[in-house]
Amino acid sequence: MTDLLLVAMIVVKIIVLVVALLLSVAYLTFIERKVIGYMQLRIGPNRVGPWGLAQPFADVIKLILKEIIVPTASNRYLFIIAPMISLATAMAGWAVIPFGKSAVLANINAGVLYSLALSSLGIYGVLIAGWASNSKYALFGALRATAQSISYEIAMGFALVGVMMAAGSLNFQTIINAQSGGIWHWYFLPLFPLFMVYWISGVAETNRAPFDVAEGETEIVAGFHVEYSGTAFALFFLGEYASMILISALIAIMFLGGWLSPFQGIPGLESLFDFVPGAFWLLAKTSIFIFFYLWIRATFPRYRYDQIMYLGWKVLIPVTIVWIAVLTLAIQFKLAPWFV
Amino acid sequence: MQKLKQFIKSFSLWELLKGLKLTGRFFFSRKVTIQYPEEKTPMSPRFRGIHAQRRYPNGEERCIACKLCEAVCPALAITIEAEPREDGSRRTTLYDIDLFKCVYCGLCEEVCPVDAIVLTGAHDYHMENRGENILTKEKLLAIGDKYEAEIAKARAEDAPYR
Repeated sequence: MTDLLLVAMIVVKIIVLVVALLLSVAYLTFIERKVIGYMQLRIGPNRVGPWGLAQPFADVIKLILKEIIVPTASNRYLFIIAPMISLATAMAGWAVIPFGKSAVLANINAGVLYSLALSSLGIYGVLIAGWASNSKYALFGALRATAQSISYEIAMGFALVGVMMAAGSLNFQTIINAQSGGIWHWYFLPLFPLFMVYWISGVAETNRAPFDVAEGETEIVAGFHVEYSGTAFALFFLGEYASMILISALIAIMFLGGWLSPFQGIPGLESLFDFVPGAFWLLAKTSIFIFFYLWIRATFPRYRYDQIMYLGWKVLIPVTIVWIAVLTLAIQFKLAPWFV
Repeated sequence: MQKLKQFIKSFSLWELLKGLKLTGRFFFSRKVTIQYPEEKTPMSPRFRGIHAQRRYPNGEERCIACKLCEAVCPALAITIEAEPREDGSRRTTLYDIDLFKCVYCGLCEEVCPVDAIVLTGAHDYHMENRGENILTKEKLLAIGDKYEAEIAKARAEDAPYR
């Protein structure tokens, strides 16, 4: 009986999380169009509902009503499965994200590895989509995305090695608790180069501008999802935006203290903001990085393909290795206030 | 030394930060969007929109079926047939403009000796059925009646330059 109750509780939690996530993905598309519009001196969508707030729902209805076209020459099963993989991995990554002291779906000890593994699995969605479409441009997009993700995974993994060394754990709660004590204890200070590397490779990992050669509208039409339409296309879209939010949440957890209050350790302010739930701080920190995603997209042109590879292998990976060496010394000599 | 400077500059992402600063500033600056049906940009009196036929103030149609517009039309969009009316005046019995052929060059308007055929400022029109692209004489006169005030105003504004 208690087991059943536990399972029911977990299912309810999952549903709440997934619904909240889908809603935020829907509004992320809206905010993206607004923010990029504002940066281009436009005002963005504002016709559907007050201030255009119903725009995402109009988009969803449009996409659902459209026909899913399966190309005759495609591999039908893989073609349908690919967008599901893309979305499912982006969603599953949220299982280990802690929203507060005890608010976490699965507080597993290998949380970091789990999220890294799932973000790598997400690339299979893209790869299979490109292969199953049986189209030249789709295949090009998939190959580019695969090569890019594999390259940047290494830099990403090395950046995480720094975090693991600093916190001495793969558990997200332990990593967050190791950063408690105030803003100056957060890992973005001692691990600043790794923070930047993780952010850059996170942007590359989610195939977002300026690393969006996998889609590359100007060169290969829409890359891996060129043959997709209707709901199948919508799933890719959801997956891409869900993984954007996931990467933003991960970087907030590993470098900005996750659900820790930024006023910790400041007398007066700390008790004043005590009532604010941890989830709020996590969302606030996540939003900062999501805004940066959009800001970067509005600012930078797409990298040339070989430049992406150059950046990944010859800049980011050496930087992480050097900083891991520096970090080793810092930990060895118990550099205050982070590694005491 | 130059190399070191370049190294520091590229590693501090200096150029990228400058780019971000620019877009960041634009994010807060005034937007230039014109929200079309509610807001409109100013329009020249010489704007060449949909065609219209005008009438004299006493209600008589201006067109005297001289067929100059038909002759000058580079797209052959105008078809005219004419016959004397009961009172003996020369009038058109058929005056069709094919909007699909028309290139909106305004030569018909320029060549017209009585200012009968004009191009109005109305540009947001559409067709819902086949055949609606043919503007008949009745339709042209109706458009002219509808926009007469605007047509007259535009002509008056442009008159000093003609």
